[in-house]
Amino acid sequence: MAPVSLEKINKVYENGFHAVKDLSVNIADGEFMVLVGPSGCGKTTALRMVAGLEDITSGILRIGGKEANDETPKQRDIAMVFQNYALYPHMTVAANIGFALKLRKLPKAELDAKVKEAAEILGLTDWLDRKPGQLSGGQRQRVAMGRAIVREPSVFLMDEPLSNLDAKLRVQMRAEVQRIQRRIGVSTIYVTHDQVEAMTMGDRVTVLREGVLQQVDTPQVLYDNPDNIFVAAFIGSPSMNLYDATLGTDARSLKLGSQEVDLPESVLVARPALRGYTGKKVVVGLRPEHLPAESDNATGPKLVGEVELIEALGSEQVVHFTIDANRVLAEGAVDKDEAATVKHGEGVARIGAKVPVKVGDKLTFAVSIEDMKFFDESTGLAIRT
Amino acid sequence: MRFVFSPPADEAAGLMTLPFGEPLEEWQDERLVEIRQRGLSRHVVRFVAEGGELYALKSISERLARREYRLLRALAELNVPAVKAVGIVVDRGPDLDAILVTRFLDYSTTYRALFSSPRVGHPSDRLLDALVELLVRLHLSGFFWGDCSLSNTLFRYDAGTIAAYLVDAETSEQHPTLSTGQRLWDVELATERTGGELLDLQAGGLLPADVDPLSFGEKLSQRYDRLWDELTREETLPPQEQRHRIAKRLRRLNDLGFDADELELISTPDGNKLRIRTKVADSGQHSAQLFRLTGITADEHQARRLLNDIASFRSHLEQKSGNPVSQIIAAHRWLEEVYDPVVASIPVGLRDRLAPPEIFHEILEHRWYLSEQEGQDVGTTAAAKSYFKTVLPTVPDPLATATEYAAELSRLSDQDQIQ
Repeated sequence: MAPVSLEKINKVYENGFHAVKDLSVNIADGEFMVLVGPSGCGKTTALRMVAGLEDITSGILRIGGKEANDETPKQRDIAMVFQNYALYPHMTVAANIGFALKLRKLPKAELDAKVKEAAEILGLTDWLDRKPGQLSGGQRQRVAMGRAIVREPSVFLMDEPLSNLDAKLRVQMRAEVQRIQRRIGVSTIYVTHDQVEAMTMGDRVTVLREGVLQQVDTPQVLYDNPDNIFVAAFIGSPSMNLYDATLGTDARSLKLGSQEVDLPESVLVARPALRGYTGKKVVVGLRPEHLPAESDNATGPKLVGEVELIEALGSEQVVHFTIDANRVLAEGAVDKDEAATVKHGEGVARIGAKVPVKVGDKLTFAVSIEDMKFFDESTGLAIRT
Repeated sequence: MRFVFSPPADEAAGLMTLPFGEPLEEWQDERLVEIRQRGLSRHVVRFVAEGGELYALKSISERLARREYRLLRALAELNVPAVKAVGIVVDRGPDLDAILVTRFLDYSTTYRALFSSPRVGHPSDRLLDALVELLVRLHLSGFFWGDCSLSNTLFRYDAGTIAAYLVDAETSEQHPTLSTGQRLWDVELATERTGGELLDLQAGGLLPADVDPLSFGEKLSQRYDRLWDELTREETLPPQEQRHRIAKRLRRLNDLGFDADELELISTPDGNKLRIRTKVADSGQHSAQLFRLTGITADEHQARRLLNDIASFRSHLEQKSGNPVSQIIAAHRWLEEVYDPVVASIPVGLRDRLAPPEIFHEILEHRWYLSEQEGQDVGTTAAAKSYFKTVLPTVPDPLATATEYAAELSRLSDQDQIQ
């Protein structure tokens, strides 16, 4: 087990493409760190530099406190998990888990003990003498993990390991990978483009965009306090509603299209820097759950939207609406095809299951104003202090 | 449903009538063929005989299918031995993955077949050399395999040696050049996977007792390092030896089947440091020469052997006539008087055992062996007769075993004979 630290790491390819820019992240001993971002954000390149598969152009990589820039992948004592596992049909599950140690000529007693321990962690103890043909899809994945576990590496590296599994197995394996990682406590770097996977699995999540670190924090902090518009839009599903707005001259109201939303003093107290934006344009953000229906006994400044689509989920309704304000789309945060279909002023709200509503209604939301996020229009950075 | 096939697409036209709208594992079609002793696969792979060719069909996600199709085509352009991508089938219906179609390599065999029916001693040494050479060729071409294993390789006899062909490029990556880390990691994966595959054969009682799975991977890594070093090492040349040493080094590269892409001489106090950027040689020079002279398609070692036989036939003609004979005339007469009659006399039932140039090479070997025994040259015709009777029947059957396929091959070879 070992901490991993990246200090101002850069990767510039021969063709001049700058894939990772001054990336600094510390992964604590035993931590599960997820690297997430859209395609081309540099997450896989960063992981491959840790693995030793890509040369580091500049910066320092430390594994277990030791500089590792010039070490071969083998010397780094890392294990890549799930990489195209092949199960050997004539070998038992135990042999399938332990074969790499056998190739390294580890004494049999030691090998058996490691396999037994790994099987216990993986819940495969009763299956050790069986052949792979008798295993379910999930069990086969666990055998593949077992191979990595018995090596007792310092760090696990996982690059979209679940992307080729069907949806059901993927959800099952997310929980499984997380449980096993917690149990063995090996520092893990996990790359995914799927923000749901990132949020549900990581102790902390590193968000990258175009090779630049956007924010690194716990999933909850990323969700509640995004540092910029990109993180706000990328994290969360459905994503945060982001609109252009203008702060009133006394900073006590907000113009959202043709509507005016009152801002209580408490909003300014919590974000004194907002006073500097009086009369100026800002970007505001509201999560769908912060737009309850007024008729559902919710309180807060009013915002009226025209209902375009309703998804009744039983426990709640997801309402797609439009207002006449400009919807802000953070470039790269949303899939291009999806972004192309977003309408002017479109938003999403989660309202109570029993609120009577139909398509075409003008629905009044009670804005949970304390939860509203404010961003600088030109820098995209959060306005907090 | 969409079919994306690389030209000439007519080759695969017959494949369009396969039941692509159904899950591959559930297909029932008379063109389906079983391949004996095939390697391990994570995906559903089935084989189809169509128009006298054998195709492998693999069910994988569209993203992976498109990627592998692109990479296999890139490998073909770079002259790296690999199966030929024929096309992909996408949008097959709800919940159905794409299908990647590749041509099964003629006269090829798998590691499992090689170990279960060894022809000359156990094949592990030749397998290792073939796999290492393939890995080095990939690496010099900027390809990271990511899943180098015996299961992902097909083998073909090439005049006594074994040539390896990449079958599965699902995890491959193409880069302008590979980093040292990428190369070493690929070798590490290869070492572990081949070792695992041999342990599996051992567990199934299918590995000859004298093959040690534990040392196989180690040897692979050592041989890779040796070949890589030989092909790419920098050396300092004293000025007076420079010309001779560069020529020697280039000859050695050519002998190993590689070419120098660029030479760089850097002045140092001890002499000039020679740095060579090695590349995979354009399609085998001997194969190309043989094809130009005779129209025969053969692998590199086979071609070299056949060209030697043409040279020896030419000197025989010159001696007999007392006049010089051009190479092209000699080649034409050799084809007409030696090669074609021998190939035509291969018993029909044994035609699919080995490629004709390989059979011809083995007949030449057999001729040498018989001549040594008898103390005089027995001639090619007698050697061929003896070879067809005593050696060829012992060569294992081809891996494809569908009656339909066998019948089709037999029909096609009858047609060849008629023509």
